[in-house]
Amino acid sequence: MKNKKRLEEQFFLWIMRAVTASIILVFFLILLVILQKGWRALSWQMVSEVPEGGFYFGKSGGILNAIIGSLYLALGSTFLAVLIGLPVALGMNIHFVRKKRWVSALRFLLDALWGVPTIVFGAFGFAIMTYFHLRASLLAGIITVTLFIVPIFIRALDEALRTIPIGLLEGSYSMGATKTRTAYSVFFRQALPGFISALLLAFGRSIGDAASVLFTAGYTDQIPHSLQDPTATLPLAIFFQLSSAIPEVKQRAYAAALILTGIILFISLISRLATRKFKKNIL
Amino acid sequence: MSDNIISIKNLKVDAGNAPILKNINLEIPRNKITVLLGPSGCGKTTLLKCLNRLTDLHPQLKVSGQVLIDGEDIFHPKQNITRVRQKMGLLSQKPFPLPMSIYKNITYGLKIKGIKDKKQLQSIVEQNLDDAGLWEEVKDRLHAPATRLSIGQQQRLCLARGLAVGPEIILADEPTSALDPISSRKIEEKFLDLKNSYTLIAVTHILRQAKRLADHIVFIYLGEVVEQGTPDAIFNNPQTAILKEYLQSGH
Amino acid sequence: MTTFSYISRRWTDSISDTWINITTFFLLLLPLSIGLGLVLKSLPLLTTHSFFRLIDSSAWSPMNGHFGFYAFIAGSLSVTLLSFILSAPVCLLAAIYLTQYAPRWLMEAMYFIIDVLAGIPSVVFGAWGVLVVVPLISEYIAPAFGFTSTGYCLLAGGIVLAIMIVPYVLNMLMEVLRSIPVELKEASLSLGATYWETIKWVLLREGKTGILAAINLGISKALGETIAVLMVAGNVVQVPRNVFQPVYPLPALIANNYGDMMSIPLYDSALIFSALLLFVIIIVFNMLTRLLFNRTAKNH
Repeated sequence: MKNKKRLEEQFFLWIMRAVTASIILVFFLILLVILQKGWRALSWQMVSEVPEGGFYFGKSGGILNAIIGSLYLALGSTFLAVLIGLPVALGMNIHFVRKKRWVSALRFLLDALWGVPTIVFGAFGFAIMTYFHLRASLLAGIITVTLFIVPIFIRALDEALRTIPIGLLEGSYSMGATKTRTAYSVFFRQALPGFISALLLAFGRSIGDAASVLFTAGYTDQIPHSLQDPTATLPLAIFFQLSSAIPEVKQRAYAAALILTGIILFISLISRLATRKFKKNIL
Repeated sequence: MSDNIISIKNLKVDAGNAPILKNINLEIPRNKITVLLGPSGCGKTTLLKCLNRLTDLHPQLKVSGQVLIDGEDIFHPKQNITRVRQKMGLLSQKPFPLPMSIYKNITYGLKIKGIKDKKQLQSIVEQNLDDAGLWEEVKDRLHAPATRLSIGQQQRLCLARGLAVGPEIILADEPTSALDPISSRKIEEKFLDLKNSYTLIAVTHILRQAKRLADHIVFIYLGEVVEQGTPDAIFNNPQTAILKEYLQSGH
Repeated sequence: MTTFSYISRRWTDSISDTWINITTFFLLLLPLSIGLGLVLKSLPLLTTHSFFRLIDSSAWSPMNGHFGFYAFIAGSLSVTLLSFILSAPVCLLAAIYLTQYAPRWLMEAMYFIIDVLAGIPSVVFGAWGVLVVVPLISEYIAPAFGFTSTGYCLLAGGIVLAIMIVPYVLNMLMEVLRSIPVELKEASLSLGATYWETIKWVLLREGKTGILAAINLGISKALGETIAVLMVAGNVVQVPRNVFQPVYPLPALIANNYGDMMSIPLYDSALIFSALLLFVIIIVFNMLTRLLFNRTAKNH
């Protein structure tokens, strides 16, 4: 009987090893394919020019429209998300920290929102657009993306703020500071690494999502000049151009994929480094 | 001198670079209660865990030396460790009932040993719950989850569970520190009962508990055996300065 | 402390206070307004078609006023189920290995891999699926089973989706297993169980609620995933008879047809209705996960 037990353990151990190895293999396979296809497509021209010669039939040009468009979109929506989300997260941990029921209900709500697929936000944004007779534009895109990254930002920041000891709050109050002042000067400084990683998380999500901008931001070969202009985005650049029969158009998709993945990897690297660096100065 | 069931020779345990146990040499007498006494952090729990090789669970611990139980070195690579572990029962500081019913907690170890007959299982369960002083309280709800018991009852359940596999040795790591005074007393009374059939090794930092239970006391400080002897010798006639100071400060 | 700086401090403080209150209130309203907006926009459809007929029928020709969502619901459910079947055992086995057997550096490396995978955008997974998975199926896997397939099918969607949910499910499973106190393992081992027996009978039982929560998380993520599946699933309105046939999940329906929305009557309402369906399902699933996870945390 002992041998049977040993055999069973060995059997499962080998399966587990194989399974773990295959996850790692798939991971590398994904990165390699993106790197290989994207690298070949990448050139200075690709990142510095907008597509030319008509949308789907264009022969030359690059994806600058998508790069700039995505950056505008991500910066705009992240900024708005912080504007709305920072006070809420601080409020949850300072002003309303006594009203435990409300705060847990809010957390519950935010968690529920976190998981809602972005296509729903896109549909909602579109519904609002048609109601107000707006066209697809950078502004509409920014608003829709803000809506879906706000819960993500708040929850991430909230998790970081929750780890701050109450003693810090009390120390600040006892020196006569108001709640708001405590919030912004004391609490916030302590939570800086958490804030940065929440910020970068939101930024990363805002730049990579396709479903939310599909209906709302439009698509164009140009770089947007105003908030009312439609804009291209990197995810949609991949989405629309991947299945083209024209190889030059396909190349743009691969390049966009590489750049997008690169941006996101870069952001998560920075986030890790920043958290590690700032952790030195906190409790 | 009664024969010794456990012989510890040159046992060293390091966690990374920090030494936890430095060169322990110890003999544990059969059918007696041996108490490992000392301040927190002195290594007595680690010593206890070496005795049934629970140190295997902590990869950061490096162990060298020999622990001979009934003459066999349990650290020998060819050793069948599960058989060795079945010779010993463990009672931890906080009771950890397995995530199953009270009944299944006890039959867990039995099923591993290969006992399948239902009547046999039932009688062993009853016997050991009775031995641990828990039978009356749980006989009507044997199949309720063990986590519903009070903490004192859970600790007695863990004792019954450990006894059911028929060990020779019982290892107890601060067994009453999480319990209220009444439950603590019940456990201590059980220990004194069990002495006749088992060897007990208990870790404690409560001086009075050591006085009440022990036949033999081993005082450990900073990973070394400083002094050992009968309770009378230790408490009334301490030899080393460290022990004297420990007895005075009471912790 | 001059009077002037005192006044301006109070002023900025009260503005900030108000802003905090406003934004929190706005947040509480958000899910409600999304739900409300979606319902309002779906009303035209709901008032002219019976709810059950919408769910039940697979006749889909919006130009003729037929809105049967059954094929899409079946599509979503089948691709989610397939991705679950493919990823759940993988994640569980890997989680057990990484938390119980593997050396620490491997576990740490895995966390890094999980982090990166979770960050890769959906559209990039879709592109990868088109480049790697689709040809794999059409050239190797389907013929091996005796089928011909374009590669754009249920299986492709299932595979890509499975890979996408692995980081989330694996991460949660690892957290669950690591949170189980080592003393419980010690108790089992001291009763004579082997390490593997301890894992089977104690660890997995103790982590039951957490494991369910992780599964819940995976399913909810899979249900809502749009773009990647859209790119490899085939998008033909039919209930697939085998895994090599194309499938059309709910999110894909919304994404593919927004252009036609305005030209056909009730089409926009129908698409918003799909979004509403999705919204409700996901929120319910998420709340379940949270409740389950809180219950696990309480038991420790």
